[in-house]
Amino acid sequence: MTKAETILVIGAGEAGARAAMALRENGFEGNVTLLGEEAHRPYERPPLSKAALTDEAEPQAAFILTPDRLDEHGIRHLGGRAAIAIDRAAHAVELAGGGWLRYDRLLLATGARARKLALPGAGPENVLYLRTFEEARALRSRLTPGVHIAIIGGGFIGLELAAAARARGTEVTLIELSPRLLARAVPAAIADVIAARHAAAGVRLLTGLGIERIEAEGARHAIRLSTGERIVCDGIIAGIGAVAETRLAERAGLAIDNGIAADKRLATSDPDIFAAGDCCSFPHPLYDGRRLRLEAWRNAQDQGNAAAKSMLGGGDAYDAVPWFWSDQYDLTLQIAGLPDEGHETVTRDLGDGARLDFHLASDGRLIAASAVGPNGKIGRDVRLAEMLIAKRATPDKAALADGSVKLKGLLAG
Amino acid sequence: MTTTTATTWIEACEADDIDAEDVIRFDHAGHTYAIYRSPDDEYFATDGLCTHERIHLADGLVMDHIIECPKHNGRFDYRTGQAKGAPVCLNLKTYPVKLDGGKVLLGLA
Repeated sequence: MTKAETILVIGAGEAGARAAMALRENGFEGNVTLLGEEAHRPYERPPLSKAALTDEAEPQAAFILTPDRLDEHGIRHLGGRAAIAIDRAAHAVELAGGGWLRYDRLLLATGARARKLALPGAGPENVLYLRTFEEARALRSRLTPGVHIAIIGGGFIGLELAAAARARGTEVTLIELSPRLLARAVPAAIADVIAARHAAAGVRLLTGLGIERIEAEGARHAIRLSTGERIVCDGIIAGIGAVAETRLAERAGLAIDNGIAADKRLATSDPDIFAAGDCCSFPHPLYDGRRLRLEAWRNAQDQGNAAAKSMLGGGDAYDAVPWFWSDQYDLTLQIAGLPDEGHETVTRDLGDGARLDFHLASDGRLIAASAVGPNGKIGRDVRLAEMLIAKRATPDKAALADGSVKLKGLLAG
Repeated sequence: MTTTTATTWIEACEADDIDAEDVIRFDHAGHTYAIYRSPDDEYFATDGLCTHERIHLADGLVMDHIIECPKHNGRFDYRTGQAKGAPVCLNLKTYPVKLDGGKVLLGLA
């Protein structure tokens, strides 16, 4: 690699914004441009399915960077501009509407887009999605008392939306195709606690059901289930996952493997192009090099930082423990590591209905922890578990189960 | 021009109520504080809520001189209140602390 004078970041979300800042924090003095399709400065997405829907005041975007901070750090933010092609030989990126930007190093932090419902009758006129601030505002205006909303998808977005809708007095039916909620990333014991909380809040939960089509019902909508039942509602929101935004990378001929394929230092198949955040798949050293793609706020930040170091020629293998959280009602859920790699589970009762499950590999190594409860009960212990996972610790099972044994002590051992 | 404000010392807890390298919550007059004991047995105090999403810091983890919020792991140096990187951008307010006969006193202006 030659010395970088110009670094271009495509995607002004969490990963892109963090990378731009980290370039400066790591001493880069060249040009930094942060290119985003949205007109806004980078903003936090986690509140979009939570406080932005439930706060009494009209929501404001939670900007990650102030104009002053962008200026102080000499970051040029180009909002409302989309990259449409990468000329790798010329080290230049073509913008929609004309114009090219040159780069010495390029970071693709293009994120993910909402997966669209592929069903007869499902179109933009009757199905809403949530990914952007504008979509959150549009959804918010639909969540009013007495209105009945159907949510398709029992993952994090669907469940956070259900909790927000109930907080606003909206009737909710949630339809999930799998036999249980949160089937993809959350152990059943934790998902059961979440399901019970939604049921107590009055959400009608329908799991293990297929949907045949969506039909008009006067000014309302009807969802026809595989059982023949029709759910008549005033609005439909789909939260059925996200698709890595790889189109630009694909057109440029970069390797794709469930996302833009990066190596352990987050370099793509082109040594001058890097990837970070929701769009990036990478081999994780804690899980025998298993290739992961993480749609998570913390991963976006951590990979933004890591990619910045790598683009400057330094950087180690990216090995941050996967971590994510969700808030629903008075409950917080946090997961560190990959519970599906677990062979055995040890549960610690944290009191007040909070539980922390430790997931151990067959050799006794702690590889994940999952917890649910009031935030004040779980946050510290999940963080300590995360540190134990990073250390590849093989803690004593009895100590893990015993709430009187401080996890901090196990970390020192 | 300098202004001086008299400090009122409020008894917050017993010194032994806080383990070394740990934190506890102290509420007074409608305000919540976090009081820390460092690994070398010095005491410090800050506002009790994280500046990111107003979560009680006393539920967080103390490592050396850093308090980490239990919600999203925002970090502060509790000696100075300085925010140590994303997602936190605003510093914490700090307060003087002194020990008197085995009690921790919190200095409020």
